[in-house]
Amino acid sequence: MTTTHMAATDVFRLHGDELGRLWQESLIESGAVGDIRNRGNELKSQAGEFIQLLSDATLNENAADLTSDSWKPVKGFLTQLSESRARQGYTSSQTAMFVFSLKEPLFSVLRRETKDPAELANATWELSTLLDKLGLLTVTAFQETREAFIARQQEEMLELSTPVVKLWDGILALPMIGTLDSARTQVVMETLLQRIVETGSLIAIIDITGVPTVDTLVAQHLLKTVTAIRLMGSDCIISGVRPQIAQTIVHLGVNLQGISTKATLADALALAFERTGRAVTGVQQS
Amino acid sequence: MERIPILRMGRTLLVTIQLDMHDAHAIQLQEDLSSRIVQTGAKGVLIDISALDVVDSFIARAIANISSMAELLDARCVLVGMQPSVAITLVEMGAKMTGVRTALNVERGMDLLRSVSL
Repeated sequence: MTTTHMAATDVFRLHGDELGRLWQESLIESGAVGDIRNRGNELKSQAGEFIQLLSDATLNENAADLTSDSWKPVKGFLTQLSESRARQGYTSSQTAMFVFSLKEPLFSVLRRETKDPAELANATWELSTLLDKLGLLTVTAFQETREAFIARQQEEMLELSTPVVKLWDGILALPMIGTLDSARTQVVMETLLQRIVETGSLIAIIDITGVPTVDTLVAQHLLKTVTAIRLMGSDCIISGVRPQIAQTIVHLGVNLQGISTKATLADALALAFERTGRAVTGVQQS
Repeated sequence: MERIPILRMGRTLLVTIQLDMHDAHAIQLQEDLSSRIVQTGAKGVLIDISALDVVDSFIARAIANISSMAELLDARCVLVGMQPSVAITLVEMGAKMTGVRTALNVERGMDLLRSVSL
């Protein structure tokens, strides 16, 4: 074991510059670079830094243990690299290739420097396992970054999809678009109620034109929202009930009685005007 | 124990709950309010809960009881200023408080009282 450790250390320390140069070439060949922007100094410094960090880490006594502290800088570097690549739009295999492509120059140097076949096999095996682990680390980090991305986008979509608009003084409208699930209803309810308090609105119109399907759960959510609005002292009109949805609601046996429903937002607005004691009249054109 | 103050304004009684309401407060308020309605011959009761951040099922039922009690004594009752979070919690708990008149704020509540008690 000691001899292979020596070999690994020696390779990174003694032939670092040569490795770096060979590695860069194979990186560009393998297509792991992807974009021309990355080809110049950035890649050179990344390769150099990685080899430097590797040689530092393998110097340590418990170099075989990837969980030890001596590997922290290497892991940190790789995580950072994967994160930045995930953000720049590289694929996961391109990111993993960054590490895996080091194998080729590394083994060719190793072959040249090590004469004893058994020793060479040992060193190859050990370095290969090491690089595999590091490669997997980059993939994991890459995925984590991507997942964080998706989660953030979902959150943003949630915010975007619940705009509360003021139609008139004392009349709010909430055009709902997309499927209604529990999480969304909660957000919708909170934003709507908050806006009702802020604007002191008497009537809120929930427009479900953009809701593709209404099942019992969605109906339940709607009922809850209406009840909450009434508890606060406002009233609610549901508009945009399409013929198919009306049929579904009746077939499901959902009781929406006591709630004003209208076919279009315009009808709902007319009702809201009526309830707040307003009327729209035409003006005589001269 | 502190009592929840009941203010008289013309033929209307004003109840503004400013403290964290406990069960004992709610029971006390029921008793105080019913006797005050009889004493003053009030025609309207306005309960402002805008300062309440937490309303549990007991308090919700107590308020619903106060409302129907006031109706029995020929006074209209309006509950005003419920916080959005409180409304959501009550709905989730299934406390619908049917039969309780509600309004967004004190001003709207007074308008409503005037329109129903005249």
